[in-house]
Amino acid sequence: MTSIQKNRLKDQLFKFWGIACTLIGLVMLVIFIGGILVDGLSRIDWAFITDLPSRKPEKSGIWTPLMGSVWVLVLTAIISFPISVAAGVYLEEYAKKNRLSALLEINISNLAGVPSIIYGLLGLEVFVRIMNLGASVLAGALTLSLLILPIIIVATREAIKAVPNSIRDASYALGASKWQTIWNQILPASSGGILTGVILALSRAVGETAPLIVVGALAYVPFAPQGPLDQFSVLPIQIFNWISRPQQGFIDNAAAAIIILLLITFIMNGIAVYFRNKWQKKLQ
Amino acid sequence: MSEIKTEKMEDPKIETPIAEKYKLQTKNVNVFYGDFQAIKDVSMNIKPKTITAFIGPSGCGKSTFLRLFNRMNDYIEDFKMEGKIKIDDKNIYKDKIQLEQLRKEVGMVFQKPNPFPKSIFENVAYGLKIQGIKDKKLIAERVEKALIQADLWNEAKDNLNKSALTLSGGQQQRLCIARTLAVEPSIILMDEPTSALDPISTAKIEELIHQLKKDYTIIIVTHNMQQAARISDYTAFFYMGELIEFDKTKKIFTNPEKKRTENYITGRFG
Repeated sequence: MTSIQKNRLKDQLFKFWGIACTLIGLVMLVIFIGGILVDGLSRIDWAFITDLPSRKPEKSGIWTPLMGSVWVLVLTAIISFPISVAAGVYLEEYAKKNRLSALLEINISNLAGVPSIIYGLLGLEVFVRIMNLGASVLAGALTLSLLILPIIIVATREAIKAVPNSIRDASYALGASKWQTIWNQILPASSGGILTGVILALSRAVGETAPLIVVGALAYVPFAPQGPLDQFSVLPIQIFNWISRPQQGFIDNAAAAIIILLLITFIMNGIAVYFRNKWQKKLQ
Repeated sequence: MSEIKTEKMEDPKIETPIAEKYKLQTKNVNVFYGDFQAIKDVSMNIKPKTITAFIGPSGCGKSTFLRLFNRMNDYIEDFKMEGKIKIDDKNIYKDKIQLEQLRKEVGMVFQKPNPFPKSIFENVAYGLKIQGIKDKKLIAERVEKALIQADLWNEAKDNLNKSALTLSGGQQQRLCIARTLAVEPSIILMDEPTSALDPISTAKIEELIHQLKKDYTIIIVTHNMQQAARISDYTAFFYMGELIEFDKTKKIFTNPEKKRTENYITGRFG
């Protein structure tokens, strides 16, 4: 075998190794989804979505945790979006590049890596106890907002960085102030990237369980929340609760609820990808 | 402001009297980026409604010098300026001066066409909108006027709501000029405005610059010596941050005083 043939062989070998590695994750996901679908698909109907929880598996539905998840998601979005975008804009456009801003940056990156249970403990102490919000939707949403703040801040900064400097120059040269430049040019030009980050962060928040358990979300709530100070449950907690029951009926319920939760995350990710593509096209 | 308006109303055919005061004056200007001195003791006077070309090899400080006039260097870290720059006899580096006001007076066109990722109309209207002008009719009038002045109206009038990014490079640069004109400045700075364009687009822009001379004071940085010779009234030759020679373009290109200028324009270095 000549050395050229040897190199070609190595090339081929690495290619197949790469394909195999890529497939590992995918195959696992397919097996998992397949199993879930077999168990849960037959359980999904309109009544399953609109029924309240019950002691009997065939009468149980996911209405309360679904509504809980929706409440938490919407409140989290409302709370985290303005705070983290403002922080991202500040760090990227206003903060001077010095030791302090470097320290801030490192801290934000570190915050993104803090285990979510720690955020739960923080939420329990600050929101539930000190602010006296109790085990409410609002306390849960505030906790999850803290959790996803660093993710959105980082995404915002990346999106703002991607806006070419020539646009800033053009705006300033026409007599625009810094704020006018940010509001009229930079934010619109980076909105796609920011939105993508927000949606991805929210789709992570919708699957979070641990911090909400610590904050005091319940496994069984008889009614869907009516306001931000009501008690609540969320889908992942309901799933966890059902899975730990001995009856096969509840296991099927859990599988069905997982399908719904996955559907929500996939849709959110799909929207994020759509915005990202549109945005990249706009910036050429 | 009122002074400038009366200037604009003058018949452009009347030659500016030599005694008329200068539009722009710089005196003993030094610029530092940290320890590096980018501009060394440059003094220069520019007359109203003339075209002045800045030439010189890359890194000679001509762009830095140009960007002093609308204070675009202020965003660079470690930037420091000494000396005086006056526009219409007002020191533009006094603390009191408002950058927004200065930049309404001194427009700028950049090297690479940089339209906003918005519609053609929005691009031209932007400078007016940030001034707080809300009168839609007035804005539409000024947009049309600016596009006509920039020789883009015929090509763009049916596509005003189309994205500016659909235009060709040359059209984009004329849009950037229109955007600058809409604010009605009295000085226009151009930083190598044709270096990213093909020869036909370049010729169009040069023709446009020539037409704009009757209303505006234009300062253009160029790498293209023929361009400087073709369009400018005065030429300034920079080398290593120093102003080597500044005179009528004809004189610079036919009979320069300094040896270094001659070497540069004849292509012996640079």
